[in-house]
Amino acid sequence: MTTEAFAAELRFRAIDMLIKAGSGHPGGSLSAADIIAYLFNEELNINPQNPDMPERDRFVLCKGHAAPALYCALAMRGFFPLKELDTLRKLGSPLQGHPDMKKLPGVDMSTGSLGQGLSVACGMALAAKLDGQSNNVYAVLGDGEQAEGQVWEAAMFAAHYQLDKLIAFLDLNGLQIDGTTKAVMDSAPLDDKWRSFGWAVQVIDGHDLNAIKAAVAKAKTEKTPSMIIAKTVKGKGVSFMENNVDWHGAAPKGEQAELALAELRKGVSL
Amino acid sequence: MSEKIATRDAYGKALVELGKENPAVVVLDADLSHSTKTIKFAEAFPQRFFNAGIAEANMTGVAAGLATAGKHPFISSFAVFAAGRAFEQIRNSIVYPNLSVTVAASHAGVTVGEDGGSHQAIEDIGLMRLLPGMTVIVPADAIETAGAVRALASYNGPSYLRLGRLAVPQVNTEDYQFQVGKATVLKEGETVAIFACGLMVAKALEAAEKLADQGISAAVINVSTIKPLDNETIIAYAKKCGAVVTAEEHNIIGGLGSAVAEVLAENCPTKMARVGIEDKFGQSGSPAELLELYGLTAENIAQKAETLLK
Ligand SMILES: Cc1ncc(C[n+]2csc(CCOP(=O)(O)OP(=O)(O)O)c2C)c(N)n1
Ligand SMILES: [Mg+2]
Repeated sequence: MTTEAFAAELRFRAIDMLIKAGSGHPGGSLSAADIIAYLFNEELNINPQNPDMPERDRFVLCKGHAAPALYCALAMRGFFPLKELDTLRKLGSPLQGHPDMKKLPGVDMSTGSLGQGLSVACGMALAAKLDGQSNNVYAVLGDGEQAEGQVWEAAMFAAHYQLDKLIAFLDLNGLQIDGTTKAVMDSAPLDDKWRSFGWAVQVIDGHDLNAIKAAVAKAKTEKTPSMIIAKTVKGKGVSFMENNVDWHGAAPKGEQAELALAELRKGVSL
Repeated sequence: MSEKIATRDAYGKALVELGKENPAVVVLDADLSHSTKTIKFAEAFPQRFFNAGIAEANMTGVAAGLATAGKHPFISSFAVFAAGRAFEQIRNSIVYPNLSVTVAASHAGVTVGEDGGSHQAIEDIGLMRLLPGMTVIVPADAIETAGAVRALASYNGPSYLRLGRLAVPQVNTEDYQFQVGKATVLKEGETVAIFACGLMVAKALEAAEKLADQGISAAVINVSTIKPLDNETIIAYAKKCGAVVTAEEHNIIGGLGSAVAEVLAENCPTKMARVGIEDKFGQSGSPAELLELYGLTAENIAQKAETLLK
């Protein structure tokens, strides 16, 4: 499957599962969809038959509320049956509201509490270094999440210990819960901040699959940890959700649900 | 009695021994390695020691990541910061995913001394005990600390090891084998059971001698594992003696006394008294002065027991 097709199907399935669940976070799932689609369809060395393979690449969804995007990617790669996507957020489901590594194979870290994921990714990269393994560790952070002090503790740590296998994405969609990141807590200029913390920084269009691919390729050549700042649109792919903070954490219902699925179904063959 | 040793010193030494045998052991500290004694490991195994800087939250998360890849991290700082500052990181990045990390926190309790109340953790046992699946160990002496370090390194799941700054007397015999979840009867007795942990175990033994002078036969039980609690031993001695005193260098709310009260209330309600810090913060002073001031003494334990039996 092309990554374009993978991404389109992932978006459709993510919103479909959210609608069935009746709750969840569409906006941030859609903004990160292309990054996650690229990583899971083309980049990550992972094996659905052996999810705990020691030499696998690691993936930490620091912004754990975008779980639907991760769950779809895992199901589409065959980690569990696609049918299970319908159980999102239901009692007894391995598809918890936020990713749970104890419940779902393929999830490398339980996340949901913002600010903690990058530290864990540092630990994973450090372990690989200690063991002489060459796997990469990928992380996806939110832009609202940048306000968490722990993120900058981890930023310092990664540069200090030269964790060059650590490749992070910053989903720069400009929105969090209470409004724009500019209004709530302006963390700009983020490129200069990450650079000054000793990271290799690239700024790309987070919906351009070729740009994502090229950025990862470049990041792999760096001698420092890498931050790929991906300019994205929150709610990307659903016209009424795009750049609209109201769709951070609400599932569409009724007519809006129909409309969202109709828009996302285009170009998807299921 | 043999030489007094602080449990933090025993910890530092035990880590080095462990490091020789177990390559999966890694150690992190947050700029307090000279105080927590992880410096010994850092010197012996520089490639397996990581100073996280004064960033306890990140240190906790890094340990979680290392544990996902099969390492067993011991992470150290003062208990106030290890358990307090990084509480939610311990909760969500270590205990919720059930990762095998040992949070080894030193400078617990008022015996930190002169640094004062800001540095004296009196609530850490309670915080850690509340986390589902967390194992909480408060060793009483150097021998037990060494045993606990070894046991926790091969233990499956998260653990909290509470260590002290002050040198404490040896209460266990050289051949003592620490076991997670097992309380140890150090002195048999019939009339009152004293359950203690940490440096209060030695005080409890002293108290038992004082009580013996009054013709009161006190059993002394070292409850070094606060969680999972050795319910069987606690219930057995409560039933046998009919009166219980607990003793800990911690707030009387949320620690050993609370844990024992919970078990007894449901299984065999027994009259009991708790010796501990009575819901106050600590302050500057010498450890000896503070132990006296907060009633963490053999006299107080003995007196509480006598009052109970009246
Ligand atoms: C520590 C913490 N505080 C608060 C929340 C609640 N919360 C969930 S998502 C969110 C906003 C996240 O914004 P951002 O990082 O920009 O993510 P995105 O826009 O990609 O969804 C908040 C505050 C949380 N999950 N964790
Ligand atoms: Mg955002």
